[in-house]
Amino acid sequence: MEENVQFKLNGKHTALIVDSDRALLGVLRTDLGLTGTKYGCGESFCGACTVLVNNEAVRSCQTAVRDVRGKEVVTIEGLAKAGTLHPLQKAFMQHDALQCGYCTPGMIMNAYAFLRKNPRPSLSDIMQGMDDNLCRCGAHNRIVQAIQVAAKEMGGGL
Amino acid sequence: MNNDQFPEFDFSDTTSDFQMNRREFLGMAGSGIFLFFTIGDLSAFAQEVPGRRPPRNLPTDFNAYLNIGEDGRVACYTGKIEMGQGVNTSLSQMLADELDVSIDVVDMVMGDTDLCPWDMGTFGSMTTRFFGPALRSAGAEARRVLVELASEQLKTPVKNLATENGVVFDKANPQNRVTYAQLAKGKKIERHLAEKPPVKSPTEFKIMSTPVLRKDAQEKVTGKAKYAGDIQLPGMLHARILRPPAHGAKLVDADLSEAKQVKDVQVVREGDFIAVLHKYPDVAEIALSKIKVKFDKPASDLDEKTIFDHLLKVAPEGKVVATEGNLQTGEHEATAILEATYLNAYVAHSPIEPHTAVVNIEGNKATVWASTQTPFGAKEEVAKELGFPPENVRVITPFVGGGFGGKTRNLQVVEAARCARLSGKPVQVAWSRKEEFFYDSFRPAAVVKIRSGITGKGRIGFWDYHVYFAGERGSQQFYDIPHHSTIAHNSSWVGAPGSHPFATGAWRAPGNNTNTFARESQIDIMAAKASIDPVEFRMQNLADKKMQRVLKAAAEKFGWKPAKAPSGRGYGVACGTDAGSYVASIAEVAVDKASGTVKVKRVVCAQDMGLAINPEGATIQMEGCITMGLGYALKEQIHFKGGEILDLNFDSYEIPRFSWLPKIETVIIDDKNADPQGGGEPAIVTMGAVVANAIYDAIGVRLFQLPMTPERITEAIKKG
Repeated sequence: MEENVQFKLNGKHTALIVDSDRALLGVLRTDLGLTGTKYGCGESFCGACTVLVNNEAVRSCQTAVRDVRGKEVVTIEGLAKAGTLHPLQKAFMQHDALQCGYCTPGMIMNAYAFLRKNPRPSLSDIMQGMDDNLCRCGAHNRIVQAIQVAAKEMGGGL
Repeated sequence: MNNDQFPEFDFSDTTSDFQMNRREFLGMAGSGIFLFFTIGDLSAFAQEVPGRRPPRNLPTDFNAYLNIGEDGRVACYTGKIEMGQGVNTSLSQMLADELDVSIDVVDMVMGDTDLCPWDMGTFGSMTTRFFGPALRSAGAEARRVLVELASEQLKTPVKNLATENGVVFDKANPQNRVTYAQLAKGKKIERHLAEKPPVKSPTEFKIMSTPVLRKDAQEKVTGKAKYAGDIQLPGMLHARILRPPAHGAKLVDADLSEAKQVKDVQVVREGDFIAVLHKYPDVAEIALSKIKVKFDKPASDLDEKTIFDHLLKVAPEGKVVATEGNLQTGEHEATAILEATYLNAYVAHSPIEPHTAVVNIEGNKATVWASTQTPFGAKEEVAKELGFPPENVRVITPFVGGGFGGKTRNLQVVEAARCARLSGKPVQVAWSRKEEFFYDSFRPAAVVKIRSGITGKGRIGFWDYHVYFAGERGSQQFYDIPHHSTIAHNSSWVGAPGSHPFATGAWRAPGNNTNTFARESQIDIMAAKASIDPVEFRMQNLADKKMQRVLKAAAEKFGWKPAKAPSGRGYGVACGTDAGSYVASIAEVAVDKASGTVKVKRVVCAQDMGLAINPEGATIQMEGCITMGLGYALKEQIHFKGGEILDLNFDSYEIPRFSWLPKIETVIIDDKNADPQGGGEPAIVTMGAVVANAIYDAIGVRLFQLPMTPERITEAIKKG
């Protein structure tokens, strides 16, 4: 059913007239033109569509738009502040923690939410925390290194 | 990569196509200095890959070019594409180094069929091997042209001039200088030199052979990098296409009435092709589910268990890949004869980006954005679908979200063209994960049969090798064996109709994963039979110095201590060759005998790839190969019933995850004076055998079938 849905998106107030059953992923990509968030599997197995909803990592392919009403949504486009890349983004670049780059936005958003809960993670914490995000190119070891370094640089804060 | 980065090359008002020659091209190109070059013999290059369509029209005299612009930027135009393998960066390094410019001023314009000359496609680890040397010599030639131009302008003899960071200067008086940008200003110069200047020697390298971070990383970490699915055009519709439940199923009846009721939906039909279009893909999906449909499914007994007998039954006559000596003599001399059959399952490519394409038809022209490894193939296919001359079709390749050999067929591109033709609107076709699995061209299920013998001295006396359906790449053994024969039954990875119940195709290092798994397992069986340490056994049966060198490097890095298998340590070794490179891998595993699960704890891989242009990129490719290879070694297999694919998402088809990650150590034997060889594929070929051999070393049980799932391991333990 079409209705008015309002939420905060990358720090900005957003109001939409939309069928609120629709998945957040499709609405972000088509209605709002934020294509950084990717479709990978459509059934929440791969994590390419991960965004933050109230700072929790959420699979946007399985999240109805109505469920983010009144909440704060952050996508990969909203992570850099005032043109300065987030430490996670910098660390992914510095460690070549990506190849084709298609899973990268989901990886970074999941890592962000993970580090919020676990600011000083061990190697195995990171592997566990990232385990449900899939990468086919095999950049895993670099991603783990990048998250470790970003965690150190952030010194426990985001 | 990005269409709008190069507005000066907007050919939208021309019928540009690289069936033209240079002179025609220069007539319409922008200003600056142009260098044209050819990669090898164009016709020979086109024939290199069997079974691939020949190009309709080869360019007359070049297939790549570079331009030094008035702004000092250097652009290289090539039909190759970037799908994660990092050639955008390594090609830029080569060009920047030869030309003496910063890598930051180099733009690689890739995979745009209007801007770039014809290219067969990006696969087979050929970009660096074949394109690289040509690009380097073009860079060296361009630098020489710039020096000659500067010589005229600075009134200084060429021999007194040097170049650095985009500037030509007088060595005696560095103030007497001119920039490349100034030299290119207001000119439209095409130069060819009678004598080709030499490329740099390794001691002169400033950018090549040093680690360089990816050029595309910033776009990719900020979400700005565009993939085909990110292209949105005004009025564009998303198509969802009606699919059969199984390959070979026939449409009996379809009731579209309910789907047509969905608001703003457009339903198109042409014969059995039915698509539902809407401005939102999720709404199109809902409308598609409202089609009432009946298919006839053909009966079939084929599944992942019965397929191997079927393949052996329908296998074609063998083709001799290599032979030497006399097998009978070898058998006669052998003190032990060992015979084994090796099997591997169908494996999916599963790039995280599914096949996607956007097609926009305007009048008698079409523009296409596609996730493809073969943009020029896509151009021909779209032209055929639309009935347009190929020069009226432009294919732009944005970033490709993984290919691995699976994005060469362009089915989705043709579907998008068809939907655009039928609907009269720009259309995006983005396959769902289910479609991605269903229409994948899987790595073929395959069988390898080996009979081999050892002599009393721990030498391999004979080798009788038959590979069925994997293809011959990697089948040729490289040990010093007096009597050997290698025969390929079906020499490519595509079978004749009736072989496979669905499409098969090239999968990262095609054929070689299967062949190396079989060969290196068999070598280990012989080593164990001879009671010789598996590294030592290989060493004493190798005459190939390069292979000895990589094996030694891997063993040293690992800290290998000789012991005959099974030693209980869980150490395995395997060697392989692919795309001109040599690899040796050593792994350590732990096997839980009760559950049959394997944890790969450590993988060391040494690789000789000649000159490593970007050691950082090469290392990353090796790491990627090792990680990806764990999948086909341990878990990945397609379950099916006839033409029905039973694995349609990542729940049942499991690919490697973070928790599988072993400690990975790589060694690159950087042979700076050798030509660069392939780097995107070689290190994956050893992964099946290295894990199988390590499992044997751990528990004394030999696995003959990939993947080595817990079920197969517990079964093998039971059998003893």
